[in-house]
Amino acid sequence: MAHAYTPGLKVTTNINLRKERRLPLKGDVIVKIGDRVKGEDIVARTELPGDVETVNLAGKLGVLPDELEQFMKKKEGDPIEEGETIAETSGLFGLFKTVIKSPIKGQVETISNITGQLILRGTPTPVEIDAYMDGRVVDIIENEGVVVESRVTFVQGIFGIGGETRGIIQPIVDSRKEVVVPEMIDESLRGKVLIGGSNVTKEAILKAVNVGAVGLVVGGIDDAVLKDFLGYEIGVAITGNENKGITLIVTEGFGKMDMSPAAFRLLTQHKGDRASINGATQIRAGVLRPEVVVPLSESSTLHKVKDYSKGLGVGETVRIIREPYFGIIGKVIELPPELEIVESESKVRILKVKTEEGSELTIPRANVEIIEE
Amino acid sequence: MEEKTELNRILATDCGSTTTKAILIEKKGDEYRLVVRGEAPTTVESPFEDVTRGVLNSVKEVEELTGREILDGEKIIYPSKGNRGIDIYVSTSSAGGGLQMMVAGVVKEMTAESAARAALGAGAIVMDIIATNDRRRAHKRIELIRDLRPDMILLSGGIDGGTVSHVVELSETIAAADPRPRFGTGYELPVIFAGNVDAREVVKEALEEKTALSIVDNLRPVLERENLRPARDAIHELFMEHVMAHAPGYKKLMEWTDVPIMPTPGAVGALIQTIAERQNINVMGVDIGGATTDIFSVFDGIFNRTVSANLGMSYSVSNVLTEAGVENVLRWVPFSVGRDDLGNRVRNKMIRPTTVPMSLKELKMEQALAREALRLALKQHKEMAVGLKGVQQERTISDAFEQVATGATLVNMMKLNLIVGSGGALSHAPRRAQAAFMLIDSFQPEGVTGLAVDSIFMMPHLGVLSTVHKKAAMEVFDKDCLIRLGTCIAPTGKAPEGREALEIEMGSEVIKINAGDMVLVPLADGEKVAAVIKPSKYFDMGEGKGKEVEASITGGVVGVIVDCRGRPLELPEDEEKRRENLNRWNKALSIYPEAKEE
Repeated sequence: MAHAYTPGLKVTTNINLRKERRLPLKGDVIVKIGDRVKGEDIVARTELPGDVETVNLAGKLGVLPDELEQFMKKKEGDPIEEGETIAETSGLFGLFKTVIKSPIKGQVETISNITGQLILRGTPTPVEIDAYMDGRVVDIIENEGVVVESRVTFVQGIFGIGGETRGIIQPIVDSRKEVVVPEMIDESLRGKVLIGGSNVTKEAILKAVNVGAVGLVVGGIDDAVLKDFLGYEIGVAITGNENKGITLIVTEGFGKMDMSPAAFRLLTQHKGDRASINGATQIRAGVLRPEVVVPLSESSTLHKVKDYSKGLGVGETVRIIREPYFGIIGKVIELPPELEIVESESKVRILKVKTEEGSELTIPRANVEIIEE
Repeated sequence: MEEKTELNRILATDCGSTTTKAILIEKKGDEYRLVVRGEAPTTVESPFEDVTRGVLNSVKEVEELTGREILDGEKIIYPSKGNRGIDIYVSTSSAGGGLQMMVAGVVKEMTAESAARAALGAGAIVMDIIATNDRRRAHKRIELIRDLRPDMILLSGGIDGGTVSHVVELSETIAAADPRPRFGTGYELPVIFAGNVDAREVVKEALEEKTALSIVDNLRPVLERENLRPARDAIHELFMEHVMAHAPGYKKLMEWTDVPIMPTPGAVGALIQTIAERQNINVMGVDIGGATTDIFSVFDGIFNRTVSANLGMSYSVSNVLTEAGVENVLRWVPFSVGRDDLGNRVRNKMIRPTTVPMSLKELKMEQALAREALRLALKQHKEMAVGLKGVQQERTISDAFEQVATGATLVNMMKLNLIVGSGGALSHAPRRAQAAFMLIDSFQPEGVTGLAVDSIFMMPHLGVLSTVHKKAAMEVFDKDCLIRLGTCIAPTGKAPEGREALEIEMGSEVIKINAGDMVLVPLADGEKVAAVIKPSKYFDMGEGKGKEVEASITGGVVGVIVDCRGRPLELPEDEEKRRENLNRWNKALSIYPEAKEE
């Protein structure tokens, strides 16, 4: 059966991470394989074709579309300045001329002798892409971008808003159970990535934005707080383009949820280190999770990553990810193959876990995730 | 397509975005029956990036479960002989997010709407509709095409001999956008032109170099008639040739199948049409998935399909709450839940879409959300499934005898004979009565309506099979795919609670039901009984208030549900009264197990 369990979020001390950095359309790659790059270094650039502007030329000149040609001062492909004459009628003895001027700077794209429409294209906008994280260029995607590799500490979140940014990690709570409140935030946090605990108030988020913190990582957030902050409700979990002045990463889910011990430990250990973070989330086929990436020195010891591709096994640590036991962590003690009927009368594949407090729970397998370490 | 006759063993697969499902059908005596179903994860994404891996795995499961030998290594064995081989292999696919299209037409309410119907009917998701009168400026349209990156564009416009310049304007817009497809940079975007014959040359001029252009017959040759078939066929063909051919492993899969691979919803549509045609009834099919809800309907021979792209039970569940509003969801919940609590639970389901409701409370909340998703999807369907606007109605199907006001919805719940539900929330509801009740609450069927669910999501397989072998497809559909829940009897009208609503003579039994009540009358699957239904003066069973009707009632695994809550259905505003009613109805239909605490 597909997806008998949910692969967990990665919370890893030291792995090799590769990031593809790609332009939205073809352009020039300006680094080469082997180059060391800083997160903010530009690795590729291109130009985005300008916006299109249409002019009803035949209508404005008062001529038929197929007569247009004789009045044109510019032809397809010609560059044009704003206010420059594109077409004009000769008028009567040079008087009563109709002159059509370009509303934009750019280029003449098409002149249609059927519709009488003129299509102009504005000046292209330069687009650049940076390396995102400190590392080494290990591959070039010709005319499109590069692959950057780095030894990093890597913490995945479950949901986020806001795009890529970088800053110094600064924990602002003492425990993973603490709620972030405005009193914890002051001017000294400008440019920092703040690490919080189980939840955050709306006032605290606003204050973080005000003091210029670039990121905030918390265990949980209330749906109502997020809605208030964004000004709208999240309908589908496809985020990353919010422009709210901060990148927000939620590691556990909606509501008050203690940050997982592993994530909290790792993030606080890296106090003062520079991190690259991204809130972009896409929960669809080809899932994309928000992340905190802390580049390490290349000589640091690589953490042996366990292979979870075979799925769930007895002894594995899991977290329950649905009510009524949301957030509880335990060890798998049994994986019965038969389907069982749970309280809702659904017949599902289940597993038994022993919680950290020592009680035993029977849970649908779909409702746990492996804690990957 | 020609009906193949000598088929003893049929293999069919559906490559969904997460799971590939294989079914094996065999001829037993004179009839075709389902033998077994196997499934495996779809392998379109890394690390496999080859759809045929998932197909082979699902077929291997079929082999293991049946002891039949179907594969020789990675080759399908033909023909069937004893325990070996099959005679035909067919497949559908919705992997990689399905087929996403943009459509364009001259007038939004006319050719553009017809184009949207053609695309939807072919199984596509319509990302946006561009029309000369859509009040967007040209550069906005261009931006839209660029940003949305559709898999294909259907351009229509102008009746034959009508406007050329508007069509050219649209093709110029498309050319200026220089559209790039979603996957890869190596191929050109397919564009279908199905508009004014006189505009073909100029459209060619504008688009031939920048896109993979195909030209087919006008989908609206005259205002009074739609001709959607050629456009739909072209969509299917290009879906295979361009879109699918670029998805990993599909080239190989295309070589394996004996008929072209169909988009999954296109195949379901084909099946729903076959049912309506064969039984001469009005049918509605609904598939509520994780991300989208599809509705298919055939009323008086006219087929329509809509996709509500952001109404679903997992990925899009959050959007259901947003679109329906918290109040509308909570009205179906028979206990008290805080708004914030509901909000957090729903968003948590969105970010962890594969979890299942373990407690009864969670199940009830999930089914409340399903009711709203279904209700909103039907609302959209009613708005899209309309008669041709601005003209006397006459569609391609000759038996479209009913003349409705132009642009009015074709959906008539009183005339609807059968609703078939599918998708997890309906097919996998722990009790079948829950599926029936969700369909009744959200669709509010009127008069006498049969209710059924697709037991194991076999409709896509049978749909594609119906294009080559209707008999096999229909026999398996009737006997193995469909689970008949029973019949809903529901009069329209309103009366104070407790007033007499209906008197039903069913065989030797006479049942009296009051307004505001729901009653379950057992009638086993396969049984049929003649009934005389007498509504009171407040209610109407289709013949007018107080007018008696006769009907043949079909049984099912749930039975006959008599719903005298009236139509349109209104729940009490008073919180306590509402919960009391919900619990009373739930009890009457035995919807949930007796709760320990509530």
